[in-house]
Amino acid sequence: MYYNVFGEKVSRARWKEMENAAKNRRELIAAGFNRRDLFKMGLLTSAGYLVAKRGLSARWGSLVPEMQAASPLVKPFVQAMPIMPVKSEENNLNPAPTVAPNTAGGEARTRNHQALTLFPPQKFYKLTALAKQVSVSPSLPAQTLWTYDGFSPGPTFVSTYGQPILVRNFNQLPPPSQNGGFGLPSTTRHLHNGHTPSESDGFPCDFFSSQNASSLYWYDQHYPMQYAGILSTHPGTGDINEALSTLWYHDHRVGFTAQNTYKGLVGYHLFFNQSDTGDETTGFHLPSFPQYDIPMVFADKNFDSNGMLAFDMFALDGLLGDTFEVNGVVQPFLQVQPRRYRFRWLNIGPSRFFQLFMTNAQDQSTLPFWALANDGNLLPKPVQVSSVTIGVAERYDVIVDFTNFAGQTFYIENRLVQNNGLGPDDPPVLAAPGQGNLLLKVIVSGNKNVQDNSVDPSTITMPRFYSLPDTTPTPAVTRTFKFDRLNGMFSINGQFMDCDVVRFTVTRDTAEHWVLGNLSGNWQHPIHIHLEEHQILSRNRMPPPDFEMSRKDVTRLHQNERIELFFRFRDWTGRYPLHCHNTVHEDHAMMLRWEIQPSPQGDTNRTP
Amino acid sequence: MPTITRRKLLASAALAPVVGSLAAGEPGSPHRGATISPREKLRELHFPNVPLTTHTGKQVHFYDDLLKDKIVTINFMYTSCTDTCPLTTAHLVKVQKLLGDRVGRDIFMYSLTIDPKHDSPAVLKSFAEKFHTGPGWLFLTGKDEDLELLRVKLGFIDPDPEVDKDRANHIGTVEYGNEPLMLWGACPGLAHPEWIAKEISWVIQAG
Repeated sequence: MYYNVFGEKVSRARWKEMENAAKNRRELIAAGFNRRDLFKMGLLTSAGYLVAKRGLSARWGSLVPEMQAASPLVKPFVQAMPIMPVKSEENNLNPAPTVAPNTAGGEARTRNHQALTLFPPQKFYKLTALAKQVSVSPSLPAQTLWTYDGFSPGPTFVSTYGQPILVRNFNQLPPPSQNGGFGLPSTTRHLHNGHTPSESDGFPCDFFSSQNASSLYWYDQHYPMQYAGILSTHPGTGDINEALSTLWYHDHRVGFTAQNTYKGLVGYHLFFNQSDTGDETTGFHLPSFPQYDIPMVFADKNFDSNGMLAFDMFALDGLLGDTFEVNGVVQPFLQVQPRRYRFRWLNIGPSRFFQLFMTNAQDQSTLPFWALANDGNLLPKPVQVSSVTIGVAERYDVIVDFTNFAGQTFYIENRLVQNNGLGPDDPPVLAAPGQGNLLLKVIVSGNKNVQDNSVDPSTITMPRFYSLPDTTPTPAVTRTFKFDRLNGMFSINGQFMDCDVVRFTVTRDTAEHWVLGNLSGNWQHPIHIHLEEHQILSRNRMPPPDFEMSRKDVTRLHQNERIELFFRFRDWTGRYPLHCHNTVHEDHAMMLRWEIQPSPQGDTNRTP
Repeated sequence: MPTITRRKLLASAALAPVVGSLAAGEPGSPHRGATISPREKLRELHFPNVPLTTHTGKQVHFYDDLLKDKIVTINFMYTSCTDTCPLTTAHLVKVQKLLGDRVGRDIFMYSLTIDPKHDSPAVLKSFAEKFHTGPGWLFLTGKDEDLELLRVKLGFIDPDPEVDKDRANHIGTVEYGNEPLMLWGACPGLAHPEWIAKEISWVIQAG
């Protein structure tokens, strides 16, 4: 008899596959990246210094020899890290937004706004997806990327709770004949972790065409900017403890999210309120935006021998890049003052997991920092860490204190070794300090006369920020979702994504437990569920670590793991997805559509 | 055991140049040599022009005769497969009906055997007849190494060499693409036929 993580009987073949995966992991650990082995492999000299012009290849594991051809070498740290511009608002929109879709006027929306009259927008924006020639490195030729308003990452939206907004999205992407390869010029823009009514969520199947191809080429999205619970558990105010801080937006086109986001369709959206103010002299006293509060988008990319961005459309298990970008450029530098900073870190994938360290360039020592927010949600108090692991679409807000390091240089370094779309090995294999992927060079100014009114995280000993919402309510149902590799594709409960199939319906304003199980051998999956934040109740029946005692919207599902989540489904109705955020897995069917409806339309399907 | 162990791969990694480490070398010029068009590059990387034989006995070349300037679907199968293959084929029969007379005109469907030793053109022909497949859908066989090359180049592979050895893991995926537009996607052969047809339509209209 053979059993999986759920204690279920499995075939001998499946068990062998699981066993094999474990064996491979042991072999890798045996091969290990401890100092001695690195030395033996020629990565370290006897004095402990790094060997010149050698290091860990970012994609040595490809089965296809040609795919191992590395991108052209790029001279690192020669350009400043771009800061995305803050999105500016419009005085008004013409035609004015309407509750029903303005089909006659060219709007592609298919469902009425459910909260437009209740929370009338106070700010209006236009955002256009379009192709633009940009430079990602002085070592590479200009690239035609897909951008929002000409920027990739797109402009940073900055919003305030209680001030509803409306974004009019235009699709002006060029026809495929002008794309030079991957990317489908059909879009739906998701605000990742917004508590957003379904019709404005950027549901993957709500895609619409470019102005070149269709008379329906724009789409209004309404963000009520209210805390969850506003129409249910906390009428009139919403639950402040559901406040969100660091959100991002990206194209979510079903089947083509990996190609379209890789081509550039991503950006940040920050939410502030009376506590998280963006001003270090008020509220929680977190470093002021934008001077000392800096959003960073991490991505790994490949470039072909012509120096052009390349996407392997036939890498169906996942895609790793060997060239690392921050905010849309290859390995930039950032100049900072010797004081505290709030860095917002986001991994946009497509498939790589990062474990980020602050490495001191002088002596390769590791600078500890503070995890402030997990997935954009402030922890009850900051947690000191030496690194954070960040799957695709996860975010960490961190506080890095450079006060005592005037004149020194650091690198934000990924030390997590990953060789293919499976995910990192279990337990993770780490590169030696300085031998990982150096993403950003951080140069601390020598000027010591710097004001810093931000709170020192080391003085916060008691919970000070938001409390974790109660997870004791009895779940209406416990649903189980098994993530598996199936016939070369990726399934959830043995089924594949289909926009037209509603797999289950949740009763609005109830709580549920969702169990995520990973049966797929050596694969790992960052699982994202839209609408409300969840909390991890257990990992393999044990409580999660303290930095995961938080609200989350992406949870990393490791090898052969069982995770139990607590969920509420408040305020809105309609369709939402559950999916793997390894965008290659997501595009290859590891997604399902579920719905929220008022009682009594919900079901209690336990294995939908 | 896999022929190349992870340990060996790890060791070889030490020899590879790396972009992004402290020790990164001097950048090369991105403009060296003649540039190749993206379409040519895609062909070089993924579409070897190997000779194949159709279920009607016709000799064809993979790129020149089957892919060039066409919208296509590609899947792997073998006729002795008892589970996933017949189901995928049954789904594709429905997909072919849903796509109507475009199949054979500007959309072409290709099912490549993963078991060419057994699946001769005659065996494939009777398989096609059993499923009542229509015109514009070819079942293809050829040399073992050519089909293996196509399987790997087209990405019908698993990163775990042990899993990759089991051919049953490669027969549930349908790739679809628009060769001149260089636009490719993939979906499960066991998805609903209506859904598969919808996915294929995305690269026909392309946007």
